[in-house]
Amino acid sequence: MIRVVLPPHLRTLARTSGETPIEVDGAVTQRSVLDALEAAYPVLCGTIRDRATMQRRPFLRFFACERDLSHDAPDTPLPDSVASGAEPLLIVGAIAGG
Amino acid sequence: MSRVRVLVGTRKGAFVLSSDGTRRDWRVEGPFFAGWEIYHVNGSPAEPNRLYASQTSGWFGQVMQRSDDGGKSWEAVGNAFTYEGVPGTHQWYDGTARPWEFKRVWHLEPSRTDPDTVYAGVEDAALFRSTDGGANWQELAGLRSHGSGPSWQPGAGGMCLHTIILDPRDAQRIFIAISAAGAFRTDDGGATWKPINRGLSSQYIPDPNAEVGHCVHRLAMHRARPEVLFMQKHWDVLRSDDAGESWREISGNLPTDFGFAIDVHAHDPETIYVVPIKSDTEHFPLDGKLQVYRSRSGGEEWEALTNGLPQRDCYVNVLRDAMAVDELDECGIYFGTTGGQVYASADAGEHWAAIVRDLPAVLSVEVQTLP
Repeated sequence: MIRVVLPPHLRTLARTSGETPIEVDGAVTQRSVLDALEAAYPVLCGTIRDRATMQRRPFLRFFACERDLSHDAPDTPLPDSVASGAEPLLIVGAIAGG
Repeated sequence: MSRVRVLVGTRKGAFVLSSDGTRRDWRVEGPFFAGWEIYHVNGSPAEPNRLYASQTSGWFGQVMQRSDDGGKSWEAVGNAFTYEGVPGTHQWYDGTARPWEFKRVWHLEPSRTDPDTVYAGVEDAALFRSTDGGANWQELAGLRSHGSGPSWQPGAGGMCLHTIILDPRDAQRIFIAISAAGAFRTDDGGATWKPINRGLSSQYIPDPNAEVGHCVHRLAMHRARPEVLFMQKHWDVLRSDDAGESWREISGNLPTDFGFAIDVHAHDPETIYVVPIKSDTEHFPLDGKLQVYRSRSGGEEWEALTNGLPQRDCYVNVLRDAMAVDELDECGIYFGTTGGQVYASADAGEHWAAIVRDLPAVLSVEVQTLP
């Protein structure tokens, strides 16, 4: 079980609260977690990754284990503690705008 | 007694304002989609409780919403806007070629006859259509690929397709407008398009009379007379009596002919409304006085409508999609401001009152006349 923490606007959109648990088959990577997240919550398609390019949206970041993983390749394995569910994957909106 | 429902999109959510036919007392519901930019909310003429909303965010991109109960509840629908084929390039602000890239939906225009069919005008400029209630969107790519696309360029607000007018008499004819490319028309349901900008003159482009490149801010039509179009351009208010084949300026005695919004009285095709804005560098009313101007002669001769509107220290803007008219016997006129006010007149502009004063900046206003 992967623990995903969504920013508040996306929790509202997905109609979830607190952490969002996600089951991932196979290797636990940014891509596999986001694929599973979007499969479970189709309304999130396009909100974290651009629908055309599948690139991370510029004002979002991926944090875990006190590290910024945003610039890791999408298929890089996430830390073991994220894969085991000990630590959450944080999807964080930039502090920007009005 | 008939009633009205005003659909307001703002920088931080949507609001639904409701009243009976007197339009004196209003119920305010919202914010819906709090914190998101709502570029447009519009209802189906065929099924008024079917609403579509464009929900967008610099952080999270584009979400599309649909309501089947007049805005009480909403469901997200499809948000995949994929350009047909190789997107190609358009002009960027610095004159370089830039690939087409989807950013957001500016305007939604539901079909007059089918609640499941709705058109979406998007940035970067293109026209999409859904025939399944918003679940899936297909580009009408003939517009973008008709030939002039590589020369289109963005206005200050982005290269947006902001106006969609469906001809009420001819289902194959659609008018659209793009900032800053101009106005276009299809006569075959969107397969092929032609620029309709003859007569426009814009001093801010190298050839003031070019076929494309004009910053058209808004088009308006009266449904009883679909061959007559009115236009608020960047500067200039214009009119066409031949479905856009040619245009003539009708700014007449307007104190300034810069502006964004323009609309037509519901029952009198020769009565039109604009909100003059000081200039392209000062987006607020002249002299701090918020004035709607009305022409009852189809242009040229204009009168200021000020009763109930602030006549000092007012420096708001009225954006292109932020004016609408209802269809009650005594036509109601509505507009929203970047200061968060939504003003209504229940007597065709003679008297005005604010329905609300302190919303987030208003991006769009639509009104539905309900039984």
